[in-house]
Amino acid sequence: MSVLLFSHQTPWPEDRPTYPDPRVVRDPIDPDLEALRSADEAAFEALITRLHGPMMRLAMTYLRDRAAAEDAVRARRRKESRILTFTSLFRRDGGPTVDPSRFGADRMWSSPPDSWTNVPESRLLGRETIDRVRAAIDDLSPKQREVVILRDVAGLDADEVCGLLSISPANQRVRLHRGRASVRKSLEDYLT
Amino acid sequence: MTCKEIVELMTDYLDGFLSPSRRAKFEQHISGCDGCRAYLTQLKTARMLIGRTAAEPVPEPLKAELMNAFRYWKAAS
Repeated sequence: MSVLLFSHQTPWPEDRPTYPDPRVVRDPIDPDLEALRSADEAAFEALITRLHGPMMRLAMTYLRDRAAAEDAVRARRRKESRILTFTSLFRRDGGPTVDPSRFGADRMWSSPPDSWTNVPESRLLGRETIDRVRAAIDDLSPKQREVVILRDVAGLDADEVCGLLSISPANQRVRLHRGRASVRKSLEDYLT
Repeated sequence: MTCKEIVELMTDYLDGFLSPSRRAKFEQHISGCDGCRAYLTQLKTARMLIGRTAAEPVPEPLKAELMNAFRYWKAAS
């Protein structure tokens, strides 16, 4: 798939450190890109249909963070104690992905998860569940959210995301793992 | 490997980033652990559902605008 629409104007600072390359290295033969170059209108329509959702989600990520930052500044100016606003801005990406109390002293499950095989498909794939997932994504830290959206919503691969965000492969994996784990936890709370 | 270690390797497993020896140990643990198998299933389900949040129709005015821009570019090139 083409990521040109993502890579022209980055919403992050231009002086952001780069790793390993500030641009995505692409296969020279990209079917989507070739179709667009040959002015295939149907290919263009398919592309905007496919990318509209992920692009909107990603754009909202940055806009929401900007709004949160502006809120925080306003709160500070008014000397209000909006501690939560600040903590949401600087939330750390560390910590265990599963509540440690669910493991015993031997580090094996003491409270194992359910496989959700008894959850009806209509509920699992229903609108309410998808809304729950959207809310869980919105609740991720900005760094986790952008990786989860690019990987699992837009469908980019790990190398593409590392190039776009100028982050190391290890950092990409940590953010993705923690992001997916948080969404899983939210689903577990909802479905179990 | 313990369950606590296994859950932290699940994304690497799903993305194919585990070394062959680590992957073998991971799969050996998973094959005998219902809890970790269930967790892996949950993580796969979460990933699938995250992908489903992409479905969002393009507003007609925006689509028309983009298609017009494309046709303009096509005519000019």
